[in-house]
Amino acid sequence: MAENRDVLMKIENLKTYFPVKKGVFKRTVGHVKAVDGVDLEVYRGETLGIVGESGCGKTTLGKSLLRLCQPSEGSVHYAFSDGTKDIMRLKGNEFDKVRRNLQIVFQDPYSSLNPSFTIFGAFNDPLKKFGIGDKKEREELVARLLADVNLPRDYMTRYPNEFSGGQRQRIGIARALSVDPELIVCDEAVSALDVSIQAQVLKLLKKLQVERNLTYLFITHDLSVVEYVADRIAVMYLGKVVELAETDDLFAHTLHPYTKALLSAIPIADITKKKKRIPLQGDVPSPVNPPSGCPFHPRCQHATDRCKSEVPKLRPFVFEGKSHQVSCHYGEQFAEETTSV
Amino acid sequence: MGCVMQPIRHRWAEMAFNESNDTILEVKDLCVNFYTNQRCNKALRNISFSMKRGKTLCIVGESGCGKSVTANSIMQLLPELSRIESGSITYHGEGQSIRIDSLKRNGRKMRRLRGQEIAMIFQDPMTALNPVFSVGFQIDEMLQSHLPLSRKEATERSIQLLKEMGVPLPEQRVHEYPHQYSGGMRQRAMIAMAMACAPKILIADEPTTALDVTIQAQIFELMLDLKHEKQMAILLITHDMGVVAEMADDVAVMYMGNIVESGSAEQVMASPAHPYTKALLESIPVLGKGKNQKLEPIRGTTPDPYDRPKGCQFAPRCDYATDGCAVQMPSETIVEDGHMVRCFHHKELLHG
Repeated sequence: MAENRDVLMKIENLKTYFPVKKGVFKRTVGHVKAVDGVDLEVYRGETLGIVGESGCGKTTLGKSLLRLCQPSEGSVHYAFSDGTKDIMRLKGNEFDKVRRNLQIVFQDPYSSLNPSFTIFGAFNDPLKKFGIGDKKEREELVARLLADVNLPRDYMTRYPNEFSGGQRQRIGIARALSVDPELIVCDEAVSALDVSIQAQVLKLLKKLQVERNLTYLFITHDLSVVEYVADRIAVMYLGKVVELAETDDLFAHTLHPYTKALLSAIPIADITKKKKRIPLQGDVPSPVNPPSGCPFHPRCQHATDRCKSEVPKLRPFVFEGKSHQVSCHYGEQFAEETTSV
Repeated sequence: MGCVMQPIRHRWAEMAFNESNDTILEVKDLCVNFYTNQRCNKALRNISFSMKRGKTLCIVGESGCGKSVTANSIMQLLPELSRIESGSITYHGEGQSIRIDSLKRNGRKMRRLRGQEIAMIFQDPMTALNPVFSVGFQIDEMLQSHLPLSRKEATERSIQLLKEMGVPLPEQRVHEYPHQYSGGMRQRAMIAMAMACAPKILIADEPTTALDVTIQAQIFELMLDLKHEKQMAILLITHDMGVVAEMADDVAVMYMGNIVESGSAEQVMASPAHPYTKALLESIPVLGKGKNQKLEPIRGTTPDPYDRPKGCQFAPRCDYATDGCAVQMPSETIVEDGHMVRCFHHKELLHG
C-alpha cells in the first residue's frame, strides 16, 4: 500500500487568514491564522482523518480546499482526468467545472438543507447546473441515490422538516454523491447524531467508499470515530499539522506530546481499561496571537527554551517501514521511547 | 460496591425512616407528563432510583429519552405545561426528609433547597450564564440569597471559589463577563456557582458535551476531586458511554422514558442484561480497537413519543423481541444484587 500511491491532491503551504478589523475606519489590526501553513498529500481512495480541538482550523482547511473560503496563500494541486491543476489558481468559470469532483457534507443536518425545497429540489439544482440528464432521468437518478442511502423513493417529494437528523444527514450524503464526485469532505458529518444513528451513517460511508472508490477527507474531533474510518490521520493544532501517520501507527507510536495528551483525555467505553491521563493545562491559545516557537509549548510538559524560540518543522520518521511525520524538536527522543517499550 | 438502584415496590412503609444513612435522594415510581396541543407525552414512566452520598450515578440514553426531564423534575424546573403525575422524590437531608414533589415550584422551601442542597450545572454554559452581569456578580447573587453575607464577603468567597475551580487570576476574572471566558472557563464558573453553598447533590446535565476532550478531562478531574473532598452525590447525565465508563459508580440506562437497566457500572457495562444497553455498546466505535472493529447500528429510529409501541418500548428495534414483548411492558426484575433490568429475555442475554 505504501508504494506507488496515486496522489489525488497535493496541498502545499496552505494559509487561510481572516483579518481582524477594528475602529471607525475598520482598519485591519491583525489576522486570525486559522490555517497556517499546511502541507498534505491526499491519496486516491483513502480516508484521511483530520482531528483537533475546536478552533484548530480543521473546518477552515476543509472549506479552503473547496474554496468556500478563499485561502491567502499556498497551492492545492489536484489530479484531474486531464492533468494536474492548481485549484487555487483556477478562474471562476473553470473552477465551477471542476467543482463537480469536490463535494462536502456539513456538520449540521438541520441547516444544510433548504427548508423551502423538496428533497428533489435540493438534488435538482446541482444536477441541472452540471447538465446531467433531463427531468425524467434526474428523477431516476435521485431515486437511485436515495436507495443507496437506504431511503425510499417517495421521500423525494417531501420537505426537510419531515425528516429526522439521521435521515437528513443521509440525504446530505446522497446529495454530495449526486454529481459523482471523487473527493468528499466530511466536516463533522456524524457529530450531531445520536450514537445509534452515528453507527448507521459511518457504515454507510464505508460502504459507499468501496462501491464508488471515493476519497474522504474526514474532519472530526472524535478520535474513536476517526480510528474506525480513517486510513491516515493528521492531527492539527492552531492551524498547523503536528502529527501525520497511518491510523494504527499513530496509536501504536504516538510521538507528539499533544497527540498523547489528546488520546489520554478520551473516555473509553470499556470498563476494564484504566489508563493514565496526561492532564493538559489551560486552553488553546488564540490564533490571532499564537505563541512564539512551537505553538504547543505553553501547554507542553516537555517544553524547553528551544521550543519557545524555534518553530519545529514537520519531519519524517520511519516505524516498521511506515512513514510517520511529526513536528516536535524532540521527536527522536520520543521515537526511541516508543520503540523500546 | 454500593448498589444504588433498588427497584422499590414494597417499601412504602419504611420509606419515612430513611433506611440507610447513605441514601440522599430517592425517586420512586415517578411519572411526568407533558401536555401540548391537546396531546399528552408521557415523558417519564415509573422510574425509580436512589442516589448515595459520595457516589456518581450516570443516567445514559439517546436524545429524547427523558434524561433531562428526570434532572429537571428533581430541581422542580419543569416547564409550565407539565406535571408530576404520580410517584415521589424524597430528599434525605440532615435530620429530615423532604418530599420534593409536593413542594410548590417556586415556593420558599423549594427555593431554599435549590442551590443550597441540590445544585445543577447545565450543558451550555453560555446560555446558562447571564451575559449582562459579571461572573462574580452572578456567584455573589447565589451566595447572598442563601447565606447571610455582605457584598464584600460574598465577593471574597467568589474569588475563593473561582480559585478552587482552577480559574487563573481569579481576582481579575471575577469582574469579567461571560463572553470574556473560554468554554472550559465558563463551565468552571458554572461549577463554582453550583458549589457556592456546598450542596449535597450536584446534578450535571451533559456538562461537557459542548467542550473539547482535553477540557472535558479537566472538568471531570475537578468533579471527581469535589466528590471525594465533599462527599457529594453526583447525578451525571450523558449520552456518551465512554464518560459512563470513566465516571460512574452506578448507571441507569433510559429509553423512551423508562429506566430499562440499572446497576453498578461494572454490572451494566460488562454484562448488559438489556438488549438496548447491549446494542448501544455495540454501536459505538471504541478507541484502541482499530479499523476492523464491528459496529452494529441499532435498526430503525426511536418511536414518536405520541405514538408509542404498546408493550416494551424497544421491541420494534430489538433482535430478541417475541410476541409477548409487543403486548406488555416487562416489569422490573433483579438479576443480581443491585442489577435491575426490564426485559423478558434477560436470561438469554446474560447466559448466551
